[in-house]
Amino acid sequence: MTAACFLQAPDSRLSLSPIDLVIIVLYFALVLGLGVYLRRFTTTAEEFFMAGREMTMWVAGLSFISANLGSLEMMGYAAATYQYGILVAHAYWIGAIPAILFLALVMLPFYYICKTHSVPGYLKLRFGEGARSLSAISFAVMTILMSGINMYSMAIIMKVILGWNIHFSIWVSSLTVAIYVMAGGLLSAIFNEVLQFFLIWIGCLVVPVVGLIETGGWNGMVHRIQTNFPGQDFMHMWSTTGTFSGNPMGAHWTGILFGWGLAISFGYWTTDFLVVQRVMAAKDLRSAQLGTIIGAFFKMIVPLIVIVPGLLALAVLPYHLVPESQGGLPNAHTFNEALPLMLARYCGPGLLGLGVTALVAGFMSGMAGNVTAFTTVWTYDIYRPLIWKEASDAHYVSMGRWCSLLGVFVSIGTAYLVMNFSSIIVYAQVIFVFFIVPMFGTVILGMLWKRTTPAAGFWGLLAGILTSFALWLWVKFDPVALNYVAFSGYAKDMSENMYRAMWSLIANVLVTVVVSLVTKPKPDHELKGLVYGMTDLPLESAFPIFQRPITWAAAVALAFIALNILFW
Amino acid sequence: MEKHSISVWFFIGALLAIYGVLILGSGIHELLVPLDHTVAMSQLHIGIWWGSGMLLFGAVYIVRFRPKRKNP
Repeated sequence: MTAACFLQAPDSRLSLSPIDLVIIVLYFALVLGLGVYLRRFTTTAEEFFMAGREMTMWVAGLSFISANLGSLEMMGYAAATYQYGILVAHAYWIGAIPAILFLALVMLPFYYICKTHSVPGYLKLRFGEGARSLSAISFAVMTILMSGINMYSMAIIMKVILGWNIHFSIWVSSLTVAIYVMAGGLLSAIFNEVLQFFLIWIGCLVVPVVGLIETGGWNGMVHRIQTNFPGQDFMHMWSTTGTFSGNPMGAHWTGILFGWGLAISFGYWTTDFLVVQRVMAAKDLRSAQLGTIIGAFFKMIVPLIVIVPGLLALAVLPYHLVPESQGGLPNAHTFNEALPLMLARYCGPGLLGLGVTALVAGFMSGMAGNVTAFTTVWTYDIYRPLIWKEASDAHYVSMGRWCSLLGVFVSIGTAYLVMNFSSIIVYAQVIFVFFIVPMFGTVILGMLWKRTTPAAGFWGLLAGILTSFALWLWVKFDPVALNYVAFSGYAKDMSENMYRAMWSLIANVLVTVVVSLVTKPKPDHELKGLVYGMTDLPLESAFPIFQRPITWAAAVALAFIALNILFW
Repeated sequence: MEKHSISVWFFIGALLAIYGVLILGSGIHELLVPLDHTVAMSQLHIGIWWGSGMLLFGAVYIVRFRPKRKNP
């Protein structure tokens, strides 16, 4: 490589060959064809909103993890890895695996046995209409907002990387999602998510495989990073978190463990209906549990296609990437371009088309997840109880189809809104902490403590949301407050979110417990199928040991512990 | 999923096989007619390996999950 290459970054815009375009167009044609084909199988509400509850464990599991594997997340975490190093893998390990296994073993039996259509639906059965309406409305608002933010970010990426017109990217991708979700509902979304899962993996795996060959393996990559960034530690997950200033993220292990590993992670993986809906569509409880555990396994190895490319960018790029704020400088490339730059580095014609298709597939799976979850919550938890209670099954299916289209259009509107207020993107995770984290406290206390009362369910949820919102406002107007909210002025955005999530959960649990102790609980007969100790849970001992969810959950848990020790 | 006459795995196999043919073909073309602007590690001819793997994987899925003819 010439010296000039070290001084000047090449143009990151990928130039697609005709073969790349054929690959991308074929993908769009197939997902549309699938939607049209599956329409005939979704004529009842149960089929449209819950995919007929007949998914096998593999389909449910891959769809569960694919709905979470959005392109924004893939590129975002690769970028974060370039900034913070392997510490970001916490999002995939402590920030996911314990919560997913907890969902599989403890919470899914209740969701499944009570036959609810959604997480707000469970809150209705357990706590009544107040808690359901609060959670359903906040979830619907959050979903649409997140969907629009994701859409805008994806369009920006397509513009920066491929030079595509931003409006073209938004409309073509979103209308494709709208058509296949409108036609086949959750069934079509799940079918496509399984397809997208394969494309994302096969398209992105090229980078770590070729990259590790180039660097001479893992040790060679580490050596190059140490040479390129002397004095900085990018390769440890826990050993640098004893102090806030000891790592580039400004994170302390308490925040990672309790904020990320407990509040954010359990909130997202166990109560965010976007992901839970996928496994609730499984054909039986054991398939739902095993599917969730399959999802946990794949979640654990996602760092291979997201974190490793970020590390490889640190090792092999002959120039340093810069923050977004400096993105306007000539020949400068930002952190967010880490993954696309690595695709451009290793993928020739054909493979590049596959890589871009993987990113588009990631966007679509994320968006379809938002739209189907929104559609179900809107129809079952807002429209039916609050607007039209006694309509026919066909009417609700029709409402679901139109709602899918409406959801996409509102998301497009949100995306254009975000264009005018681009700083809203920064608040995506903040919005999540507002609405989803408190829900975990309410749901888990409702499931495990029969004394939890309907009033406590509502007020606990509200207290969690308001606490998160108030703390965010406090730091926003008085940055010194970070010293109290996150215990350190060094805390960066991600670290602040961890602590705010923790406070939100604490407020939620405290208020729920106190209100429960002073209000009247539900009688026992109304808690059957909803609360631990009041529900007949199926015995696993009826199955051979290798068919039991607990066996596979233990295997995943052991691998999770081993990985944390390995990268300590 | 089995009640649907065409399995999701068949669709996946078909798409991967088609992509495999395209990427393998592109890799062979690149081998015979080298590009002016090559990518890093182009000497590995990763397109040929990746395309072959996808074609094989797709073919296995197509055969294993091909739609069964219903008995009259």
